[in-house]
Amino acid sequence: MPANSILGLFAKSPIRPLQQHMDKVHECCQNLLPFFDAVLANDWEKASQVRNIISGLEKEADSLKREIRLTLPSGLFMPVERTDLLELVKEQDRIANKAKDIAGRVLGRQLQIPALFAKEFGAYLSRCLDATALAAKAINELDELLETGFRGREVELVNRMINELDEIEHDTDELQIRLRRQLLAIEKDLNPVDVMFLYSILEWVGDLADRAEGVGSRLELLLARS
Amino acid sequence: MEIIANYGTTLVLLAAVVGFLMAWGIGANDVANAMGTSVGTRSLTIKQAIIIAMIFEFAGAYLAGGEVTSTIRKGIIDSNAFVGHSDLLVLGMIASLLAAGVWLIVASHYGWPVSTTHSIIGAIIGFATVAVGSEAVQWGKTLGIVGSWVITPAISGFIAYFIFVSVQKLIFDTENPLKNAKRFVPLYMFLTAFVISLVTLKKGLSHIGLKLSGTEHWLYSVAASLVVMALGYLFIGRKNYNPSDDKDMGFANVEKVFAILMVLTACAMAFAHGSNDVANAIGPLSAVVSVVEAGGAVAAQSKIAWWILPLGAFGIVFGLAIMGKKVMATVGTGITHLTPSRGFAAQFATATTVVLASGTGLPISTTQTLVGAIMGVGLARGIAALNMSVIRNIVVSWVVTLPAGAFLSIIIFWILEALILG
Repeated sequence: MPANSILGLFAKSPIRPLQQHMDKVHECCQNLLPFFDAVLANDWEKASQVRNIISGLEKEADSLKREIRLTLPSGLFMPVERTDLLELVKEQDRIANKAKDIAGRVLGRQLQIPALFAKEFGAYLSRCLDATALAAKAINELDELLETGFRGREVELVNRMINELDEIEHDTDELQIRLRRQLLAIEKDLNPVDVMFLYSILEWVGDLADRAEGVGSRLELLLARS
Repeated sequence: MEIIANYGTTLVLLAAVVGFLMAWGIGANDVANAMGTSVGTRSLTIKQAIIIAMIFEFAGAYLAGGEVTSTIRKGIIDSNAFVGHSDLLVLGMIASLLAAGVWLIVASHYGWPVSTTHSIIGAIIGFATVAVGSEAVQWGKTLGIVGSWVITPAISGFIAYFIFVSVQKLIFDTENPLKNAKRFVPLYMFLTAFVISLVTLKKGLSHIGLKLSGTEHWLYSVAASLVVMALGYLFIGRKNYNPSDDKDMGFANVEKVFAILMVLTACAMAFAHGSNDVANAIGPLSAVVSVVEAGGAVAAQSKIAWWILPLGAFGIVFGLAIMGKKVMATVGTGITHLTPSRGFAAQFATATTVVLASGTGLPISTTQTLVGAIMGVGLARGIAALNMSVIRNIVVSWVVTLPAGAFLSIIIFWILEALILG
């Protein structure tokens, strides 16, 4: 029918899938909280269950990513650069990958987190997850940005979010430094291989916030060009 | 000549049947384009859209459809060339209607959004060339029609762009979008109603016997539009707005206000569509009738018989009621990121362009105008993604439609000539 062709003009917008992807990524990261609770409680069965959830969510995010790439043919006229969108989804996807890696690595080694800094570690983790939450929120502003034509008030709002994201990332850096210092103080009493792993897990958790900030800067780039 | 004297009634009947068929096809297919955006944004259900389309297609065809009819009939071909060959003119017009109808069905089958206007014009040019010779065709006018492929989408795109930018400035990019939406949307309603009523009063109503002066046109239009605006304020005020809706999508409530406006522009679209496209079916029909009534004389200008406009209007409405539902059901799903505010801008621009063109007698295509308007909103950064490859296909189908209509009508004309004139 002719109607279909007219309406075929409205290509499937990549914005909504992009938001769904980021939501999925955030949900995936959010599961690290119950995961580390289980790890601290030495409940490895529970930890393994949560890891499966994380892994499943990561897979779903992957297929969303693939869908976005496939539904972005070259004949599409969009208000934003297609390369920017592809970079953005890649950046988002790396957060989920990292979350999966963390869970896998910790579970694989049944890594013991010293009770001494368990509390501080919890604060560190949840601060990092604040960053992914905020990144998801900023991505969810995309349809409002679209409505205002990437101008004016909405842009300021998103820019504020991006700045806040930078601050959270900075916070997590500080927290990471303190945690490392604590670890240094107790490391001689621990299994050296465990210590190596703890250092790298600290870094990887910090990467979550780094990557979330990366999503923010991609978004900023997208705004700057449009 | 004897053919007309002997078989006049039969010929008129035949023309009426193919004319009705053509109108039926227009209603079934084109209407989905005209109403698709409203259904797509979920401002209207399919049922509501069909009811609105029925009422306003009929109104548009009946109240404002007279002007374009004469252009189709005598603008494309030189009626003087048919003096003494009126039987050829009658057969040719019947052939044209059938050819355009067949082409519409073929195109619909393959999903090409062709223009009903251009298929009938192509068909008329086709038979005129073989029946009398290429000098019977007013090529200058044809050139104007080819020009309209560029000009009308450009005009509607331009209007759509500015409407959408103004919506952004006045409503979306403000401190309190919902408050501003409530304040400004009725003004857009005023604008929509004003364009429609002015053209209707100025151009359409003369043939049903209403004669008004220039100032009266303006006064009545303003009055009617003020009523519409007041009703707009009433409806917008009474609708429930749930602040929690804004959590998921910041402008959910603003879009609710626009959904009310969409209903109005949907009416305007249907009206505009009826006013312009009914002519495609009844133009040739009315040519046949006037020749037969004059006993074979080809008049340069003649009155449209009273029953022709309603026939075309009913044809459109029936086609819509029977086939349009299916088409719109397909339309209702699968559109993403077409919000009421964007749909409004596209529809307003289309309706305005088509109604203005109907007023000036230029037979433009609703389809093309809508494509232009959608592009305009896209350029204003309002639509998340436009599929450019679809636009290429659409433009190709526009270019193909004229020769295709011509080719078909030549064949049908030859068949009819062999059958009837022996």
